[in-house]
Amino acid sequence: MTYLAKPKFHHPNLPTNELGYTHRDYEGTVSTLCAGCGHDSITGAIIQACFDLSIEPHRVAKISGIGCSSKTPTYFLGNSHGFNSVHGRMPSVLTGANLANRDLIYLGVSGDGDSASIGLGQFAHCLRRGVNMVYIVENNGVYGLTKGQFSATADRGSKSKRGFINTDNSIDLVAMALQLGASFVARSFSGDKQQLVPIIKAAIAHQGAAFIDVISPCVAFNNHAGSTKSFDFVREHNEAVNRLDFMLSRMPIEIKQEPGTVEIVEQHDGSKLALRKLASDYDLHDRGAALSFLQHHAAKGQIVTGLLYVEKEPEDLHGHLRTVQAPLNTLSEKELCPGQVALEAFNASLR
Amino acid sequence: MSTASPISRVNDFVVRFANVNGSGSASANEMFARAVLRMGIPAAPRNIFPSNIQGLPTWYEVRVSEAGHLGARGGTDLMVAMNPQTFDKDIAGIEPGGYLLYDSTKQLPASKFRPDITVIGVPLTAICNREYTDPRQRQLFKNIIYIGVLTVLLDMNAKVVEQLIGEQYKGKERLIEPNIKALHVGRDYATLNLNAIGLRLKKCDKVGNRIFIEGNSAAALGALYGGATVCAWYPITPSSSLADAFTRHCAKFRVDPQTKQARYAIIQAEDELASIGIAIGAGWNGARAFTATSGPGISLMQEFIGLAYFAEIPTVVFDVQRAGPSTGMPTRTQQCDIISCAYASHGDTKHVLLFPEDPAEAFDMGAQAFDLADRLQTPIFVMLDLDIGMNHHLSRPLTWDDERKYDRGKVMTAEELDAGKEFGRYLDVDGDGIPYRTYPGTHPTKGSFFTRGSSRDRYARYTEEGAPYVDNMQRLIRKLETAKDLVPRPLLANAGKPTKYGVIYYGSTSPAMDEAIGMIEARSHSLDRMRIRAFPFHSSVSSFVADHDFVFVVEQNRDGQLRSLIVNECGIDPVRLVPILHYDGTPITARFIAKAIGDHLDKLKVTPLKVAS
Repeated sequence: MTYLAKPKFHHPNLPTNELGYTHRDYEGTVSTLCAGCGHDSITGAIIQACFDLSIEPHRVAKISGIGCSSKTPTYFLGNSHGFNSVHGRMPSVLTGANLANRDLIYLGVSGDGDSASIGLGQFAHCLRRGVNMVYIVENNGVYGLTKGQFSATADRGSKSKRGFINTDNSIDLVAMALQLGASFVARSFSGDKQQLVPIIKAAIAHQGAAFIDVISPCVAFNNHAGSTKSFDFVREHNEAVNRLDFMLSRMPIEIKQEPGTVEIVEQHDGSKLALRKLASDYDLHDRGAALSFLQHHAAKGQIVTGLLYVEKEPEDLHGHLRTVQAPLNTLSEKELCPGQVALEAFNASLR
Repeated sequence: MSTASPISRVNDFVVRFANVNGSGSASANEMFARAVLRMGIPAAPRNIFPSNIQGLPTWYEVRVSEAGHLGARGGTDLMVAMNPQTFDKDIAGIEPGGYLLYDSTKQLPASKFRPDITVIGVPLTAICNREYTDPRQRQLFKNIIYIGVLTVLLDMNAKVVEQLIGEQYKGKERLIEPNIKALHVGRDYATLNLNAIGLRLKKCDKVGNRIFIEGNSAAALGALYGGATVCAWYPITPSSSLADAFTRHCAKFRVDPQTKQARYAIIQAEDELASIGIAIGAGWNGARAFTATSGPGISLMQEFIGLAYFAEIPTVVFDVQRAGPSTGMPTRTQQCDIISCAYASHGDTKHVLLFPEDPAEAFDMGAQAFDLADRLQTPIFVMLDLDIGMNHHLSRPLTWDDERKYDRGKVMTAEELDAGKEFGRYLDVDGDGIPYRTYPGTHPTKGSFFTRGSSRDRYARYTEEGAPYVDNMQRLIRKLETAKDLVPRPLLANAGKPTKYGVIYYGSTSPAMDEAIGMIEARSHSLDRMRIRAFPFHSSVSSFVADHDFVFVVEQNRDGQLRSLIVNECGIDPVRLVPILHYDGTPITARFIAKAIGDHLDKLKVTPLKVAS
């Protein structure tokens, strides 16, 4: 049995958020991933982001596909409903769930095999539809559960633990997300919580399709010399485009002084992103420039991280479909069923 | 030389139109069928069309039957042969003593015709060339002109057709006048040049309050009345018109009158996998959701269907069946997805199937499917086929009981959780195999659970231990037992006198079977009949088989799929079930059934030469 409940007791003086919840209220069961797995750091970042934002845990629906990454929703937000669906199909399940109830927060968790290989189609189509969600890919370039085969995000020329060289081109999900019309696109690194937590918070506040690619080294199968998704490689080649601070509208804007310019970005719900730009010429609202920036740095062997693109006025799928404000799952016979009189008129039109 | 005298019949014959796809014939031919209905005479049209947009042969058949036989009959009494590509074959299909109406603009050698039919030539192309200069008009009005000719040949009142033209082009008034003119061009030619024929339409009052509707439209309206709010689909013949109809019905019935906002969400997905995924995601989150597809889509959805079965998520799949396997014959009808739906997905699975016989039942079951899905927390398949779905049928009117409440099944509320009611997502508290579920977002601290396709215990906790797995699989079987009494019961019709023989049939076979019974009785045989309306089978199916020496199982597939299901699920000796199978892609006919069953029964009547002592 791999299910392990966490003990409920905790230190009586743990800090609480606005709702009176402690950090522990956002946890799930004990992780069954390998010790040191990058995915557990992402789990920690999600917990931190939800705690900081004082989100009611049960108002989040966490949906995943299949793989190591897709196991992680059991390890956070234990009071949320979760759905570990089928391989590569998280996006469609999440889309349906979102259509049924627009009032919840949808957190889609996927991996590189799940999203870039078997589920590339669904990845693409849910982004182009603008489903209001946070779509996190925990990207380690490798199939962990089946013992170390390359995934489609593995870089060409990178070496597997067994010594094979990958000869296929890699898929850059961030570039694809930009091209497909995601209204919030970011990349981060599981080893950089300072960058990752604010990005997740900003993505949750974003009312549209938010995509985050998180490079997350696999300690078992992809953390060796020759891998381009190892902790050492990513730390050495990480080119952070910006550092993000996220705050709700009611919070004062305080930014730790660091070199570079600061840009305040207001999101649709009034929340604000404060960007400490490391690359001072970087324009956050230029999709085309973001793409060429990515490719320019990729050619130099650099992995660009940070918030790469955000649309100022995003529109989501419910906006496109002009659905009612009330969640569809709350509508009753009264709103849904036209009744016998209407049916008689319908019959009459068919005689 | 003629071997048959001309057929002479009133309100009982088959007219078949042979056309070229994309030539605008469909609406003219449909108008003819509607005109027959307006005269109070029951009629059953069938569109036999190719998987093609323009150029291939297409046929439209109208069976006129004052007696009310609405199944396909087979054979043609009056052929309207407008397609040179199929001319020879079309002529060969005319019943002895039948009639041929053709375009005589170009002289054809006598060898092109048969001596035992009456040939009626109308120089349609010449008339059109004389009347119209625009090539498109020449083509379109040719169709209306031959309808005009038919109205004279068959003694129809022109006013009925004129009225239909008015209704058809409501909102496009400028088209009414030229169409009516074309109708009279045809009528005038026929009145001046043609003799009366033996086929005649006579006004009667046998249509009653019945409606004329396609099964796909009725099923979609059933989904709407049943409370479906999410529809995800991928275009595939013959199911696309179901999603199209749902879109149309929603625009009419589901828009908030004040805000103009939609009380529905329809997604044309990227493929069938996404379609079923969206439906399952919505069902998990408490909305009533469905997808519409056909056989190839069912194949693609297998993995997801297994998830919905094992994780127990309500969803509805409308399968409008077409001839398989593979691409098969996309525009031809069959009942060939019975096994692939009943046992869809890997591992041990069984699913609930509903078998509507016509549009009215497609409406009823289309709505009921959502109650069943919520009650049983499992996928429900509504098994239509191309014949029901894409043809207009004369059908009883659709009805709805305004007192009816949706059965949302066992859903635990925040109040119940607060009151301390025990929640285990897969806990069988009532002994019916059906556990309680909660909708996501219900309660801050109670009632959340993790849904997964992997094995879990009664409290939804992941496990790979054998005992909880078996416990769960056994409960799923208990749930299916519960389903047997919730799904529509089989309908029985006993022969007038005691008989050792029975027949089981389902779905679109109904009208042909109803008609065949009379033909079989005319051969001095009697049969008890059972129309199966759902799977899993009600206990009455086993007893029906047990009560008879032999039971014929009439199906529209090669392998006797429902028969296999009966053998497998009811533990019946296959010898007792005689398959009667029609699977060439055309709708099954009464003639076929009566002959196949009649021949069998004739053989059984043979008296043994010697009785062993």
